[in-house]
Amino acid sequence: MDLTKDAATARHALRTMWTIRRFEEAVDDLFARGLMHGTMHLSIGQEAVPVGACLALRDGDYITSTHRGHGHCIAKGARLDAMMAELLAKETGYCRGRGGSMHIADVATGNLGANGIVAGGVPIATGAALSVRLRGGDAVAVSFFGDGAVNEGAWHEGVNLAAVWRLPVVFVCENNQYGMSMPATRAARVDRLAERAAAYGMPGVTVDGNDPQAVHDAVADAVHRARAGQGPALVEALTYRWKGHSKSDKNLYRTRDEIDAWRERDPIARFERAVAGTLSEPEIADCREQAVAAVRAAVRSAHAAPDADAGSLTDAVYAEGAA
Amino acid sequence: MTTAPAAPGTRTLTYADAVREALAQAMTADERVFLLGEDIGTYGGAFGVTGDLVHRFGEERVRDTPISELGIVGAAVGAALTGMRPVVEIQFSDFTAQAMDQIVNQAAKIHFMLGGAATVPLVLRAPGGSGTGAAAQHSQSLEAWFAHVPGLKVVMPSTPADAKGLLLAAIDDPNPVIVLEHKLLYKDSGPVPEDAARVPLGTAEVRRPGADLTVVATGVMVPRALAAAERLAGEGISAGVVDPRTLRPLDTETILDSVVETGRLLLVQEAPKTCGYVAEIAAAVAGSRAFGHLRAPVGRLCGLDVPIPYAPQLERAAVPQVEDIVREARDLVRRW
Repeated sequence: MDLTKDAATARHALRTMWTIRRFEEAVDDLFARGLMHGTMHLSIGQEAVPVGACLALRDGDYITSTHRGHGHCIAKGARLDAMMAELLAKETGYCRGRGGSMHIADVATGNLGANGIVAGGVPIATGAALSVRLRGGDAVAVSFFGDGAVNEGAWHEGVNLAAVWRLPVVFVCENNQYGMSMPATRAARVDRLAERAAAYGMPGVTVDGNDPQAVHDAVADAVHRARAGQGPALVEALTYRWKGHSKSDKNLYRTRDEIDAWRERDPIARFERAVAGTLSEPEIADCREQAVAAVRAAVRSAHAAPDADAGSLTDAVYAEGAA
Repeated sequence: MTTAPAAPGTRTLTYADAVREALAQAMTADERVFLLGEDIGTYGGAFGVTGDLVHRFGEERVRDTPISELGIVGAAVGAALTGMRPVVEIQFSDFTAQAMDQIVNQAAKIHFMLGGAATVPLVLRAPGGSGTGAAAQHSQSLEAWFAHVPGLKVVMPSTPADAKGLLLAAIDDPNPVIVLEHKLLYKDSGPVPEDAARVPLGTAEVRRPGADLTVVATGVMVPRALAAAERLAGEGISAGVVDPRTLRPLDTETILDSVVETGRLLLVQEAPKTCGYVAEIAAAVAGSRAFGHLRAPVGRLCGLDVPIPYAPQLERAAVPQVEDIVREARDLVRRW
């Protein structure tokens, strides 16, 4: 699917990327003003990956996400108000304040959850695909993870199980160049992390992760294969996080020049140029404004919501009744 | 273990056969239930527990896996989150160390972290315990690790009937349940109900009533405590034996009721003493209505604080034996 030629698709892709950007900027701002608690991992600069990938999915498909997961959540269709309420520690948040940024899930939209453990979601995605197989469906599972995940045992075990059982999983590596401060180039001997796919007998491809079209094409191919019963594939999307790893990051491991060079490759600005023949300037401006309005409304409603209630803190440790 | 005459609706089965029967009945009743683990298919399981199930239910539902404990449990978490009821066999409970992230950080916490929005109904069966000459990496009793994690339930069946009934209840449960079977019990026989009767999680069983002393024992220590009680009876000491069966949630009341009656408590576990599970029972009794009824210090007979050794005489010395229980019980009653 060409994301730039059809006006509705182009609008959706652009609006979603802007929504992710504005949502995370709002989070950054709330944090800076002392209105948000905990820590935060922002994906500003990486918006093309979740948007391009999730446009290859349909209702009933699953994703697993990461600690840097706001973009995956939004691209898969999560509600901004419930996300923001979670980050602001409200009872109306996705997790009623129990999970915070690193544990947002939206099972209704097939989002099986962000994950605070690097590569934690990888075997879980394999399990969701196994479940699809056993139930006889044709859904696929997309597992998002960063370059830091590919050296974890969980990654290798999850990928291998999907490969030997030919399960419908698409492994999407968001290679943003650093696992916290460790450069991907110092953490693996291969030039392309997609080369790891060969070890599991599945296809692997590396694409420009700042181009939603390139991400979409690669993921759509992999989804098509997976749905057709041809097993998993690995897509490596090269991208960059503009912000630090988390709130403690002083950017000691990379240079201002490097950051600026990647900011020149802003995936949203590039996509705006790519859709200029399809959307008018006012239509493009409207996408931006809709994103701003949606995020503002989410912040407003979250601020007005009741705080998470310690009176029911132990309620959800165990589920009751039969599953 | 003694083999009682089979009551109506029961037959004599081994513990391993009882586990297999529970799996078969659960899989027959609910197509969401499936098994995965290492060598559980054609091989029939390292301890023969799954046996012929692969022939009865097929390779999809009795799923042999690569040696990949973290991946196996992770896949089970994903399947459980999306509507299935996986039952994982970890070949030796020691190997759960390979899978701890998925057990502790994922399975146990997902329901809570998501504010109750999802459940992880998975069962992890794993044989534990020493006595087979398999040494330190194949012989541990790790129940305290799991019982310390909010979100997990922990079960230690000590009889064939409980091995079946507790497993069926664990499969019904919407939470992750760790079922720690004992390798030395697999060949023990006992009466097992033919139907799929559940033994509710969180109910202790008084295995033997007693007037002078309450022995609370877990896992393979239950039959040893019963053998000890039999010998003690010959010395005129009436020792009761309580089997918690479920460590989390613990049926504290049944234990307290017994302690109130006897005034003496001996706790017996195979696992090393330091930070062991029975310390939790001691603390529960110390802070309870039973405290004022105690006539003796609470006794704790546990495995030594050593890795399980290989040589049979060393292995035997590392964990409580029947004569150790007899001695400790006798001391508690005679001295106090």
